[in-house]
Amino acid sequence: MTDLSIESPIPGGATAPPKPVREVIYRHTFVVRLTHWINVLAISLLLMSGLQIFNAHPRLYFGQFGADFDKPWIELTTKGTDDRPIGVTRIGGLELNTNGVLGVSKDASGNPEVRGFPRWITLPNDRDLGTGRRWHFFLAWTLVINGLVYVAWGFISGHFRKDLAPTKDDIKPRHIWRNIIDHARLKHPTGEAAKRYNILQKFAYLAVIVVFVPGIVLTGLTMSPGVDAALPWLLDLFGGRPTARSIHFICANLIVLFVIVHVVEVFLAGVVNEMRSMITGRYVVPQEHAT
Amino acid sequence: MNRPPSSSSLVSRRGLIGVGSAGLGGLLLSGCDRLTNAPSVQHVIARAQSLSMGAQRLLLSGQPLAREYTVKDLSPVFKANGSTMPDDDAYQTLMDGGFADYRLKVDGLVATPRQFSLVDLKAMPSRTQITRHDCVEGWSAIGGWTGVPLHQVLSLVGVLPAARFVIFHCADDLDGSLDGSGQYYESIDLFDAIHPQTILAYAMNGAPLTVPHGAPLRLRVERQLGYKQAKYIMRIELADRFDHLKGGKGGYWEDRGYEWYGGI
Repeated sequence: MTDLSIESPIPGGATAPPKPVREVIYRHTFVVRLTHWINVLAISLLLMSGLQIFNAHPRLYFGQFGADFDKPWIELTTKGTDDRPIGVTRIGGLELNTNGVLGVSKDASGNPEVRGFPRWITLPNDRDLGTGRRWHFFLAWTLVINGLVYVAWGFISGHFRKDLAPTKDDIKPRHIWRNIIDHARLKHPTGEAAKRYNILQKFAYLAVIVVFVPGIVLTGLTMSPGVDAALPWLLDLFGGRPTARSIHFICANLIVLFVIVHVVEVFLAGVVNEMRSMITGRYVVPQEHAT
Repeated sequence: MNRPPSSSSLVSRRGLIGVGSAGLGGLLLSGCDRLTNAPSVQHVIARAQSLSMGAQRLLLSGQPLAREYTVKDLSPVFKANGSTMPDDDAYQTLMDGGFADYRLKVDGLVATPRQFSLVDLKAMPSRTQITRHDCVEGWSAIGGWTGVPLHQVLSLVGVLPAARFVIFHCADDLDGSLDGSGQYYESIDLFDAIHPQTILAYAMNGAPLTVPHGAPLRLRVERQLGYKQAKYIMRIELADRFDHLKGGKGGYWEDRGYEWYGGI
């Protein structure tokens, strides 16, 4: 095997300008890679089965109760006639025409159908609350067990301490500001800086690990009448089952937003290198470009 | 670990990544439905339900009460869901007579089968509770219920040791079948049957139970979802199994895809 990375003198004695060193580091441990990909699958399917469940009552409320006769803060519904319904989304006092996607979308044979989220994004595609729930709870256990493995590993291996905990230097306002500017310019770190997470990256990962995922799990549990009887403090923590259902939905949206930004960043930073580092663990450290 | 991948392995990895992400995308976008319907997958997925029920039973082993609310927490309008008027001649005759001739049959694996009139039931110790009703669809309503605790009725008939389930046979045919296959029924196990908040309710929000809400008698089993709260109860059967009844899953909605344990 030829090692392409080692800088070598050109045969013949003449020295060419030095080629950049191709440095490869072992970036992600096996447990991190495995739990990452289980999360990808579990979270994708949790979202899709969650939207199936949401569609059974596509309205959200705040408070201790909330049903057809109560006022939702958001609803996917219709206006117009029964023959020709138009899909709309109402958020507070705002009404958006979301026909074709939210409220009304195409059924299996292409005809308009009254439905919260469209069939192409729900699991299963057809309206089937029972199956959607079975998938959702199976995947919720998967997410929780996978998450516990990740968290235990994070502490044991030092991943949290070494890679995710913000350093004193990280949280200096000037540093954070610099980081924001770099992100806005789509400038990615190189050399030594590329070997560790930057502060915005750490904040994003920590928000998911500490706030969004625990939040979505606890609000999910709060929707269970059995769990509420055993752990009534959950109802006080979130202010009622309908509020918990709303927060569950908001957390899901924030996780989707995180995933979008995360995937965009992966593409901007170099999709092959980033994907390889999450599959094999090996990551080529980007070198400084002469700009 | 500073050894870089050779260019050839890089190419193959690139290929691998491509195949991997295409496979994942394909799975997510098109294969899901086929995967969902595969019986082997369904079997694995359903296993998690026993895990959920086991975990909940562990948490609930001390038989805690579901939260009770106050009069000012009541839903202004409590949605009547499912059947709102049983289309059954015998039921309608009872209804026309103000349920004076109604008799709740309690039989099956009991020492002494008995019948109870509404007067009998109302003469027994009662319990009033303001609780939250959680529909499987995701909505919640708060209502007040008064009724006789199920364990009171069970102790009068004497539950035989072989009994494991309490089955509720109802007057309503929810899908309007002519052959009785859509007759509503439900079942709970003795763990929930003996819970103090499990009552046979004959009043709601301080007034006699109305027909849309299940008159003359409905079940409240507060730590489970709405479809377990059987309305129009005509007969209570103690049994050691329910797989011989109708769809075999222990309830109207269970036969149509919902889980038997409705605590989640």
